Amino acid sequence: MTLDEEVEVLKRIPLFSKIDKPKLKLLAFTSERVVFHSGETVCRQGDAGDAAFIIVDGTADILINGNGKDIKVAEVGRNAIIGEVAILIDVPRTATVAATSELITLRITKELFFNLVQEFPEISVEIMRVLAQRLEATNEKLRLAKA
Amino acid sequence: MERNIFKYVWRFSRREQLVLLAWVAASLPFYFLSLDLPKQIVNQGIQGDGFETAESANPIGVIRVPLSETLTGESIVLFSGVPADQQATLLILSFMFLFLVCVNGGFRFVINTGKGRMGERMLRRLRYELSDRLLRFRLPQIRRMKPAEVATMIKDEVEPLGGFIGDAFITPAFLGGQAITAMVFIMVQSFWLGLIAGIIVLVQAILIPRLRVPILELGRQRQLTARLLAGRIGEVIEGAGEIHANDTSNYERAELTSRLGRIFDIRFEIYQRKFFVKFLNTFLSQLTPFIFYAGGGLLALSGRLDIGALVAVIAAYRDLPGPVKELIDWDQRRADVQIKYDQVIEQFQPTEIVEPSYQDPDSPVAPLEGEIKLSSVTLLDDGANKLLDGVSFETPIKEHIAVVGGASSGKDSLGEVIAGLVQRSSGSVEIGEHRIEDLTQAVLGRRIGYVAPDAYFFSRSIKENLLYSLTHRPIHVADYDKEAADAAAHRLAESQRAANSSFDINDDWIDYEAAGVTNAAELTKRVLSVLECVALSDDIYRFGLDGALDVERRPEVADGILAARHRMAERLAEQGHGDLVELFDIAEYNRNATLGENLLFGTARDPAFAADVLVDHPVVREELKASGLDKHLVEKGLSIAQTMVEIFADLPAGHPFFDQFSFIDADDLPEFRLIIARAENVGAAALPEAERNRLLRLPISYIEARHRLSLIDDTFEQEVLAVRKRLRERIMKEAPDSVAFYDSERYNAAASIIDNILFGRLIYGRAQSEETINGYVTEILEELDLSDAVREIGLEYQVGIGGKRLSATRRQKLALARALLKRPDLLIVSEATAVMDGATRSELLQNVREEARDEGLIWIVERPSMAAGFPRVLVLEDGRLVDDGVYAELEEQQGALKELLTAD
Repeated sequence: MTLDEEVEVLKRIPLFSKIDKPKLKLLAFTSERVVFHSGETVCRQGDAGDAAFIIVDGTADILINGNGKDIKVAEVGRNAIIGEVAILIDVPRTATVAATSELITLRITKELFFNLVQEFPEISVEIMRVLAQRLEATNEKLRLAKA
Repeated sequence: MERNIFKYVWRFSRREQLVLLAWVAASLPFYFLSLDLPKQIVNQGIQGDGFETAESANPIGVIRVPLSETLTGESIVLFSGVPADQQATLLILSFMFLFLVCVNGGFRFVINTGKGRMGERMLRRLRYELSDRLLRFRLPQIRRMKPAEVATMIKDEVEPLGGFIGDAFITPAFLGGQAITAMVFIMVQSFWLGLIAGIIVLVQAILIPRLRVPILELGRQRQLTARLLAGRIGEVIEGAGEIHANDTSNYERAELTSRLGRIFDIRFEIYQRKFFVKFLNTFLSQLTPFIFYAGGGLLALSGRLDIGALVAVIAAYRDLPGPVKELIDWDQRRADVQIKYDQVIEQFQPTEIVEPSYQDPDSPVAPLEGEIKLSSVTLLDDGANKLLDGVSFETPIKEHIAVVGGASSGKDSLGEVIAGLVQRSSGSVEIGEHRIEDLTQAVLGRRIGYVAPDAYFFSRSIKENLLYSLTHRPIHVADYDKEAADAAAHRLAESQRAANSSFDINDDWIDYEAAGVTNAAELTKRVLSVLECVALSDDIYRFGLDGALDVERRPEVADGILAARHRMAERLAEQGHGDLVELFDIAEYNRNATLGENLLFGTARDPAFAADVLVDHPVVREELKASGLDKHLVEKGLSIAQTMVEIFADLPAGHPFFDQFSFIDADDLPEFRLIIARAENVGAAALPEAERNRLLRLPISYIEARHRLSLIDDTFEQEVLAVRKRLRERIMKEAPDSVAFYDSERYNAAASIIDNILFGRLIYGRAQSEETINGYVTEILEELDLSDAVREIGLEYQVGIGGKRLSATRRQKLALARALLKRPDLLIVSEATAVMDGATRSELLQNVREEARDEGLIWIVERPSMAAGFPRVLVLEDGRLVDDGVYAELEEQQGALKELLTAD
């Protein structure tokens, strides 16, 4: 997979969809590409998180530990972003992610991400927008649950 | 030290000075003859005195017994000479003149060389003496000094002394002799002319030095201000952190400006005065010839002085101002140098200096036994504050003691006093049977280990820094062959002439016995075990993996690493980790290595083949051109440049991304933008040579797997492989030693251990690849029993200036290891684990206590809780000993320790 293809993937991720191509290219160029084999762990629940992963290709399970057993709560695939909360605030990983096929990811470290945000504020505006949408969605769910 | 520089010089170079003075005396008659000869040449040879006809011949070269006419009334002729006509006489006299010129030149040469050598020896002696004193200063004295100032003194300020010392006696004798000879000669020719010349010389000799007095004073100030400037610059460097952290750079600028202004004023004043004196001097010198031309000319016209004599007088006078001026200069230098000497000596004349016998390397050293006894020990600092106040206690040396106290409790001073580094102001300290002042440094420095909180490391390897605690005096004489032994003997003789140290730095200084071993191999084992004790083993192992092996010295290790390489490949294949490393293969392009590495397929030994200049090497350039690969590289370079310009364009210069990721510096980005624009217009091939070269260099550090610009396809790979082959053939033939080529069956001495084991590159983008690989490497090295060999290589790691290439924690660990290595009877640890985290600290505390279980240990702890487990605890408060006992008991009582524990 080449840089240009990676940029195409990034473009399809909502968080990055409004950002100029050269900036996405910079993001792709400066981030590391990490490949996981099926069964390998991308991150483990409770560990300190220092990077987010963007899935370029492949699939993974999101597992949450309950009563000492990992319970699968979701499945993610191409264009998904994992662990983005960890690069915004210092919280431990909230879930374990395990590859279920050959998984190609872009690893965006906290440092790299902050460097980008500082340089290109429009990225942070995008992120605010996405986070606000999520908050809204959560509120909505809460409202429904209450009702 | 001797206060008067003349006495100093005379005392240490009398013999050489006398020999040179004899040479000077011997040279003067020849000098007189060379003055007299021009007169004879003009009178006899040219004007033809005594040659009445063309045929008349006079004897030449008559030698008479000197003064025989005055003494016996009759001239006794030793040699009646050979008859010669006017022309022959002229030529003979001229050649005699030439001969005398040579003789005088010869004398000058011998005297000057002798002077130079003597001066350099004295300078060496003086510098050594100053360094020697520096090494004898007590710590409180040293702490008051500014390193940069002292360095300036020893290096620069005494430098002119060397030049002057050679001249101290010789120059006045030589020049004075010449001047007097010339004066006598002029007097003999014409009394009046001589008188006038004499008076003017006298005026010069009296007036000029007087005018120079203020210049000398200014010179003293200049030296002082320059030294202070050096000290201040030293401070600016050392305090750089504070300057940046407090934004005081502008204050520092102003401060330096005011100093520079002062130096400027002084120097300008000196110039003004100097040039006035120079002007006056020259004027007076020029005045005399005027008198000679006018007065002498009139005398000659009236026939009272012959022309030959006048020419000779003028010639003699031309020689006169030289010596006189140089004499005056000498006097100036004398005063100048005396001032410099005074100033330096003053700085090296402190009261807190130890006697040379205290550092005698041969003084007897016996193990410390018995008790340490302190009675009413008080220590004052510079401002007469009490750092320690009447501290008394007794303890067997072998006891383990923890000293607890707050920041201003004086606990650190207690350590320094017991280690003999600082002398108490009153009271007494006894170790065993001896008062501490009766113990020499040989005893204290070899039997006591002291670890300071800010231990210093010299800019050498880890190993050399560790063994530093064992280097007290040469133990084994260096193993020289005949030639080297002669050179060493010569060096020794010369250093003894300058009263320098007679120890040879090339001898083996390591005291194996002190470390409890008998040879170098055992010592290495011991060093590794001490490093294990201070938990530095893993770090040293990492350094070793990244270090290079000296194959000539340890060929068996190279073979072992080669075995490890094969085992590694097998292991990776067995475990299904074949996708972690892309091995080097002569017939394959390695997509996880740089393009440059793929071209050269080896490690550069000669820096001309280093990656950043690889394509500039003529051989590489030729092969690139011949194969046509250079055109492709320019295209790849263009493509990289386009991407870089596109993605880095909006980043400000200096952004960390440029350093980390970009192929192009921020500064060069605009130029590349122009190059790209031009290339898009006319095509890359039509670019000027210089621009093509810039593009050509870009892809050399390109790694396909990492950078992912998809620049490298199969055809391109084949082209690179073809050039690789050609390059290898040519380099092997033309410069075989400049590149260590990759060869799966051979150890590559120019590459690191880890590179040799992997023999390939980690594949980019494999999760956990580094950890997995490291695990296998450790496993395999362990299996092949090579871990210690790798650690030995790690010991060669250079720690950098002041140990700055090591982290603070590692420095403290290393300091502990250094003290443990000499197996001291008493180990004093002074807050030497302060920067470590709690877990590491308690691990080290346990390890060191275990290591020193049969020896004494005084641990000045930075946290009171560390004292738990020590059989005895001393608690200090404001320099006073306020509690003394077992930790468990003190912990229970409502005492000082409890307070400290609560506050902690």
